Amino acid sequence: MAFRLKLVPDNTNFNFFRWQWLTFGISAVAMAISVLLIAVMGLNFGIDFKGGTTIRTESTTAFEVGDYRDALNDLGFSDLAITEVFDPSFGADRHVAMIRIGTTDETGSVSPEQLNQIEAALHQVDPQIVFASVESVGPKVSGELIRTAFYAVGAACLGIMAYIWLRFEWQFAIGCVVALIHDVLLTVGLFSLFQLKFDLTTIAALLTTLGFSCNDTVVVFDRLRENLMKYKTRPLIDLMNLTCNETLSRTIMTAVTTAIALTAMLIFGGDVIRDFVIAMLFGVVVGCYSTIYVAKNIVLWLGVKRDWSRKDPKLAASPFENAERP
Amino acid sequence: MLQIDRWKRILIIGLCVLGIGFAVPNMFYQRVESHNDALAEIAKTGVETPELAAARDGWPGWLPSSLVALGLDLRGGAHLLGEVRVAEVYKARMDALWPELRRALAEERATLGAIRRLPSPEGTLKIEVENADRIARAIEIVRGFSTPVTTLTGAGQQSLAIQQQGNTVTIHLSDAEKAVTDDRTVQQSVEIIRRRVDEVGTREPTIVRQGADRILIQVPGIGSAEELKSLIGTTAKLTFNSVVATGTNPDARPGVGQVILPSAEQEGVYYTLEESPVVTGEELTDAVPATDQNGMPAVDFRFNPTGARKFGAYTSANIGQPFAIVLDNKVISAPVIRQAITAGSGQISGSMDFEGANQLAVLLRAGALPAQLDFLEERTIGPELGQDSIDAGRLSSVIATAAVVAYMIASYGLFGAFASVSVILNVILILSIMSIMGATLTLPGIAGIVLTVGTAVDANVIIYERIREELRAGKRVAKAISDGFDEAMSAIIDANVTSFIAAAVMFFLGSGPVKGFAVTLTIGLVTSVFTAIFLTRLMIVWWLEWRKPKELIL
Repeated sequence: MAFRLKLVPDNTNFNFFRWQWLTFGISAVAMAISVLLIAVMGLNFGIDFKGGTTIRTESTTAFEVGDYRDALNDLGFSDLAITEVFDPSFGADRHVAMIRIGTTDETGSVSPEQLNQIEAALHQVDPQIVFASVESVGPKVSGELIRTAFYAVGAACLGIMAYIWLRFEWQFAIGCVVALIHDVLLTVGLFSLFQLKFDLTTIAALLTTLGFSCNDTVVVFDRLRENLMKYKTRPLIDLMNLTCNETLSRTIMTAVTTAIALTAMLIFGGDVIRDFVIAMLFGVVVGCYSTIYVAKNIVLWLGVKRDWSRKDPKLAASPFENAERP
Repeated sequence: MLQIDRWKRILIIGLCVLGIGFAVPNMFYQRVESHNDALAEIAKTGVETPELAAARDGWPGWLPSSLVALGLDLRGGAHLLGEVRVAEVYKARMDALWPELRRALAEERATLGAIRRLPSPEGTLKIEVENADRIARAIEIVRGFSTPVTTLTGAGQQSLAIQQQGNTVTIHLSDAEKAVTDDRTVQQSVEIIRRRVDEVGTREPTIVRQGADRILIQVPGIGSAEELKSLIGTTAKLTFNSVVATGTNPDARPGVGQVILPSAEQEGVYYTLEESPVVTGEELTDAVPATDQNGMPAVDFRFNPTGARKFGAYTSANIGQPFAIVLDNKVISAPVIRQAITAGSGQISGSMDFEGANQLAVLLRAGALPAQLDFLEERTIGPELGQDSIDAGRLSSVIATAAVVAYMIASYGLFGAFASVSVILNVILILSIMSIMGATLTLPGIAGIVLTVGTAVDANVIIYERIREELRAGKRVAKAISDGFDEAMSAIIDANVTSFIAAAVMFFLGSGPVKGFAVTLTIGLVTSVFTAIFLTRLMIVWWLEWRKPKELIL
């Protein structure tokens, strides 16, 4: 017998609904905590959404954030943040800092003269310094970007909901969208908790999480629909357990391969897109969880119309109609 | 499901081979790039230098040579989002209308009486007519300058909106005309920016209109957004105006239709000029850097026939008078006309260095921007950072693919190997489709590819798990495989359509990084369905036909 790596044994028979109130409770609490976190701690908006200027500096010599700050303090920026970027992929002689300057006036971005002043001041501190990237976004655009980002997430949810409604039933659509909202809220909550940079790329990550989570849910729903046709009278809850067990192997398999790919990106992909990858990795985990513990529960509560023939009295009267097929 | 026609097999393999063929140039990126550049250069100039020929021959011409365009975040360069001040054009239109209107009204001075332009907000023209009882006639004359505007929403609208109050007439552009003007202004700006950027000869600049009044400019390989801004941000509005007076007081009150402009060279010197120019830069046909009689940098220019005629008529009538050369509301110089200049060419000299002369020539040649640009977004990405990102992206893609392949083979054995071949071909196909389409690869795009590697196996996993189930149910190998593919199909389709919806939303609503990510994700969805359903199946069918297995361990 050839070796096969199986994370999930054949013919599992888990009762996924045994702790349904607990798991659902955890989900509900987690969502509430996320909302609270976002409300209290807020999000660490990048310049895409807040406006302002970021400068990425690179140098071969080590530096103190304090020195940079001292050099820039005299220039009189009120909203100035300097962080040193650490990354395992950097060599010993690579020292990176991110300098963020908030909007100063109506035009928002730092003027070219100010930029020259900043670059000159930092050159004084460290002649080796290189300005790897300089980005400015005005407040006019940043407001629009945040609005379109919201529209994008909303439109994606609606589109997915419409498709599932067309392909399945409205109960499935609701179940899927609640799961999606769950995933989005939790991911944004994570960003708030760890104050990761929230910008346009984060929105892309969120939308991908949506696609992935939904993908997962749809595969389970698809099987559930098949089982609903196969076993006409079995209680819905049993069918869901059966479906989930049948697809569990696939769910785990896909989540693991995706997680493997994303982990490679997390470790070797460099610091520029790290927050982006964190969002997706977390989204994959949450998406997988929500498929099993959120989407199905909603469908179970809403119930599914099983017997499409009831309107037809002749068929409903048939004694064989409800017989279970093997 | 297990019978595949020969022509279908040929098609599947053919598509894969084609995909590999179109992906190959990306492995020799630099060489292919210099080949393409050399070809373009030779076609443009018609001159074939040994270096260009060598670069061209670095890549055989019969091979595909389209490359994945690298985004700014990977190549380095500058990104600008500008907003056109469309309203500036309204003012220019009204100011240009005034001299013509004055002439037309003056012809009927006998009945209308004296006509004066009153101070009014920018973009409007307010005229006072002495004889209030003749105001209807004055309006009629004004109306003669109005033309019908044809728009999509409705024809029959006039270009000028005219209001009368007592003995004054206020004129401004109608809303329909404003809409048409705005559109034209932005289109013109895009065109002029494109010409200016092309003049400096950078590779593949992206200059597109966004929304009603915005222009997105992305130029790879340029040093900084500042540099780009100084190239396109200057309006380079060149005019030649008659000088009314020279003074030192910037706050002196000019007459109506006159302006006070500072001198570009001498501080504290101000010129009072007639606002309507004698000749404008639009009538300029050529401008080249040159040196003046003292060997200092200068720019030679040449007018078109209309410009030359006007300039000739003006200079012959005003010998001994000064006239001003005005660039972007500064008087560059105000020479005295010594003789009529009828040949239609002249020279601008002043305090500029050779580079400045060169840039001025570029700007003048490209024409004036119709209105000023406000920059809403500026990004500069250094080339080193781009190279780092490419390296990191490449490394993580290779490691991610290797890890997924190892995991698939460990899980499904030979079938895992089939799926791995599909996944690798999937990445190759993504790259080749992007090359053919000329799509831009960005850093989030690389992340999209890596994610696709992770999810591309999903379709295979769904199929394989289904086959496992069928095998457990006691079906024979061929039947299990065939049913597995059939049953898995609807799940695969549904799963991919939902992902596709998310990707499509990202593409249409997103900008910048979101869009780049959506592009690779969408292409990845299509190719992964192709490789999972067709390529994997073909490999499995081959294996079945070759080994005719009695049992299958999956």
